[in-house]
Amino acid sequence: MSIQVTNINKCYGSFHALRDVSLEIPTGGLVALLGPSGSGKTTLLRVIAGLEEPDSGIVEFHGKDTTNVNVRERKVGFVFQHYALFRHMSVLENVAFGLRVRPRKTRPSKAEIRERCLELLRLVQLDGMADRLPSQLSGGQRQRVALARALAVEPQVLLLDEPFGALDARVRQELRRWLRRLHDELHITSVFVTHDQEEALEVADTVVVMNQGRIEQIGTPEEVYEQPATPFVFNFLGDVNLFRGRSGEGQPQAAPFGLTPEDVGFVRPHDLEVVKEAGEGTMQAILRRTHAVGPVVRLELQLHSNAQEVFEAHMPREQFRALSLIVGDEVHVRPRKLKVFAAEEAGVGQ
Amino acid sequence: MAGTTRSRTTAGGHGKRKPRESPLVQWSLILLSLVFLGFFIVLPLAAVFTQALEKGLPDYLASLKEPNSIAAIKLTLITAAIAVPINLVFGVVASWAIAKFDFRGKNLLITLIDLPFAVSPVIAGLLFVLLFGQNGWFGPWLQANDTKIIFATPGIVLVTVFVTFPFVARELIPLMEAQGKDEEQAAMVLGASGLKAFFRVTLPNVRWGLLYGVILCNARAMGEFGAVSVVSGHIRGLTNTMPLHVEVLYNEYNTVGAFAVASLLTLLALVTLVAKSIVEWRAQQALA
Repeated sequence: MSIQVTNINKCYGSFHALRDVSLEIPTGGLVALLGPSGSGKTTLLRVIAGLEEPDSGIVEFHGKDTTNVNVRERKVGFVFQHYALFRHMSVLENVAFGLRVRPRKTRPSKAEIRERCLELLRLVQLDGMADRLPSQLSGGQRQRVALARALAVEPQVLLLDEPFGALDARVRQELRRWLRRLHDELHITSVFVTHDQEEALEVADTVVVMNQGRIEQIGTPEEVYEQPATPFVFNFLGDVNLFRGRSGEGQPQAAPFGLTPEDVGFVRPHDLEVVKEAGEGTMQAILRRTHAVGPVVRLELQLHSNAQEVFEAHMPREQFRALSLIVGDEVHVRPRKLKVFAAEEAGVGQ
Repeated sequence: MAGTTRSRTTAGGHGKRKPRESPLVQWSLILLSLVFLGFFIVLPLAAVFTQALEKGLPDYLASLKEPNSIAAIKLTLITAAIAVPINLVFGVVASWAIAKFDFRGKNLLITLIDLPFAVSPVIAGLLFVLLFGQNGWFGPWLQANDTKIIFATPGIVLVTVFVTFPFVARELIPLMEAQGKDEEQAAMVLGASGLKAFFRVTLPNVRWGLLYGVILCNARAMGEFGAVSVVSGHIRGLTNTMPLHVEVLYNEYNTVGAFAVASLLTLLALVTLVAKSIVEWRAQQALA
């Protein structure tokens, strides 16, 4: 089922959580709402679910206006950030809840409910845990119970609020891949909220980057990473170096890479080429530190013309060895890819 | 004692270590608490039972079987049997509203729930006399309809309800607030109506707290003296509850009788304490 939200506004007192947000999610899509805390991503998810009422705007499910449809009738599956499992019920009872509260006419028989729930528990790899209480499960297991519970009512839309937020790094990795596989199997339209860019880029088909109640960019993971539409997206998705065209504190300085004073240049650390000889379009810099743990070496550099301007370049270990650099060396840098934004837009303080 | 209390927390690095006092301080604190408890609690408790059994078990039982005592026990039980369920329902409804919904005047409601704790029970009794007494607001109307509230059972039940209504609500509000709204919202997303969410999710989650509140409410309902005393009129065998009956017997120098009835109230207190501990223990188990 496709979802369309149009011109949604939502305020909490004087806080503007969503400003004129419009978004279309195609049937079967797996969409990440990505943004820092306070960006409105969770509010948008809850508006789609019907847990929050927008001040203005329209929510449509499959072309039908759903804005005023009660959360009970929307038939969405919702996975809460802290799972919100019913703590006094066993795992099986949790999963069965959505079926058991149905009116008698549409409620499956007890045996059917049990059968279906056990099957779901197998799907989320929790067979044998049916009689445990939520408090007896690990975080990752609880997460999967919450997912099974949401899927039990056969929702047409699956909404997940920071699904892996409360888990440790390894379990996260595992569950991410697992969620991706599950989605590929079930083809259920899914939206999840996250503040972790890596998670969004790895799992989703489409990434919606949000900031201060607005959508900054919508695109595939490659699009938002390779062609960020705004300085915010550039900053938020991965590491970035900023080169200012304007010199600090009136000290005369050659602007790096031919930037005009109104410009700020954005370069990803791995898009920064480090060479020993000066060449066309290079800037002189001094190597201050190196971090050589892992396959990628991180070089901390300082612009020769301005000791305040510290930036990072990443390169493969082999390449670093070939250059045979040591701390204190003079090097030359050149961006392979430079994106220029107006200084005002870029908010140079960042 | 001043010389023995050396604080170790001042030495920055040990800031996280529990401050440990010398054994002398520990033991004197423990001893002080024990002496205090012994003098103010254990001694009086023992006194109640010795006095009650002073003239032997037959006399003890006889004074409990005396018609006025039986009437007092009955009245107390009736009062509790009406007041506790009323406050159970009221407490659950009020705390549900307060903890799970946002509305205007919420703080006022919380303050009003606390009112009976703040008001002296005697004043509470007087309030009801002012409302329903012969010269009270509803007095003439009640008289015209031949209904008696003050100096009768309805009055006693009314003041008891008033005095005991914070117990259940006070117990449940913090518990429900701590549990948040997530589980209810999860239930609603899964298609449960508000009532189903309440009976299947909210209520089971607070069952131990609820029971705890009911136990405390019941203890107070049976033990209330001041407010009941004002509206009862002390008619023997008719409007005396157990605490009032104890006073009457005591004033008549019927020590054995007074302490026999008092021992029942004391037993109630002990049973309450045990029940309370069990419930607290179960609640902790449920949380773990």
